[in-house]
Amino acid sequence: MQRYSIFSLARNALNDHADWERAWRSPDPKPSYAVVIVGAGGHGLATAYYLAKEHGIRDVAVLEKGWLGGGNTGRNTTVVRSNYLNDDSAALYEKSLQLFEGLSRELNFNVMLSQRGLMMLAHSPHELRAHQRLVSAMRLNGIEGEMLSVEQVKALCPILNCSPRSRYPVFGASFQRRGGTARHDALAWGYARAADARGVDIIQNCEVTGLRLEAGRIRGLETTRGYIEAAKVGVVVAGHASVLAAMAGLRLPIQSHPLQALVTEPIKPVLHRVVMSGAVHVYVSQSDRGELVLGAGIDGYNSYAQRGSFHVIEAQLAALKELFPIVSRLRMMRQWGGIVDICPDASPIIGKTPVEGLYFNCGWGTGGFKSTPGSGFVFAHTIAADEPHPLAAPFALKRFETGRLLDEHGSAGVAH
Amino acid sequence: MHLIPCPWCGPREESEFACGGEGHIMRPADPEARSDAEWADYLYMRANPKGWHRERWLHRYGCRRWFNLIRDTVSHEIKAVYRMDEPAPKLEP
Repeated sequence: MQRYSIFSLARNALNDHADWERAWRSPDPKPSYAVVIVGAGGHGLATAYYLAKEHGIRDVAVLEKGWLGGGNTGRNTTVVRSNYLNDDSAALYEKSLQLFEGLSRELNFNVMLSQRGLMMLAHSPHELRAHQRLVSAMRLNGIEGEMLSVEQVKALCPILNCSPRSRYPVFGASFQRRGGTARHDALAWGYARAADARGVDIIQNCEVTGLRLEAGRIRGLETTRGYIEAAKVGVVVAGHASVLAAMAGLRLPIQSHPLQALVTEPIKPVLHRVVMSGAVHVYVSQSDRGELVLGAGIDGYNSYAQRGSFHVIEAQLAALKELFPIVSRLRMMRQWGGIVDICPDASPIIGKTPVEGLYFNCGWGTGGFKSTPGSGFVFAHTIAADEPHPLAAPFALKRFETGRLLDEHGSAGVAH
Repeated sequence: MHLIPCPWCGPREESEFACGGEGHIMRPADPEARSDAEWADYLYMRANPKGWHRERWLHRYGCRRWFNLIRDTVSHEIKAVYRMDEPAPKLEP
């Protein structure tokens, strides 16, 4: 792997940047692999990277039906945070945030982590108490968090409408200083480049059309580029998890819904934090280019079409304008949708399945981006050791039978 | 935005409706005899197909009645609409 540094930049500037190596190869699939990961999004590529780095398993292929990072990895609002209520969730999301904090150096690729602070607004005394409970739970789990008064909120975010006569009066906020944003594409590209450098084959335009099982064990995958034998298969396909599960005769507690986001035209820096409001359903940050990045809610019906309904945007923008009157005359530049895999308890499913050698990592729903490094880290361990990583153990599919659900609807931040 | 043909009110905009998810899920007739796995399947597991989906909808801001739709989850085409007491039409390609 060609290392990126100020010196390599200077050296390549001398010949018009004509000699940069490709960041990763485009190999043809081999007939067999020790581990095949389905889905070259952030989670899949992170899994492959940690398989090679932490567990020394380099005979790995990552299959992608489209292009690398072209699904939900490239369609989110790039928010990172770990302000979750339950102990199990807090441990997993905090692990992810900690990995994020050292990631640019580790991958030798700038993931543009910007820990600008993330506030979640409370619009009623009851919501304020719920936030106080959340912050207390976070502190007990060793995760910093604090409550902000209305005056502090106003000082950190002057464009917010904090008038008591507002339709959505602000009573205060919970605040995680280490929360913020990162660059979504860079995360996928950084993991892809680092995994490729360790010998992982990333195979794009290769769709899995079937899973071959034998006596309750995975044998290989039928793909659009031929049959590939695999001792172990890890499926990390977000919205299409149910489709892949059906190929193995399994059923998942997952519903696929469209989730939209949109950006405004670029303006001068006006918003220096990430601001979320669960009650009226707004989450917004300003990108380095000056665009306001806005997340909308999910559509209420099952869909695999990567677009959402217009009335969802309308409701989202009405709430946004009430909270931030400054945006009333901004034009929207782009809008897009991704298919999110929603679990009944808004927590992911990570682990083994009834099929030996087949592992699923899905159900991240509306909160997948922030969890990419942690998800890959624990899933790689789960595949390599054939038993769940301690952080992933509570997130087993089995919890729907035992009833030990992990309700995180309050922390998910997206209306659904 | 879907244009949904309510069997009682005719075609109306999607924003008048609420989707109730997969239809034709039967509560076990003998609850005591069911295992935890069977309960999990009834409560949580869903087909979530890519393609034709039999689902329940509620005309929330209209007649407030439930009905069934067969809808494609990729193209959003609606193939059939039928009342709760009607049998599901066959899904021929």
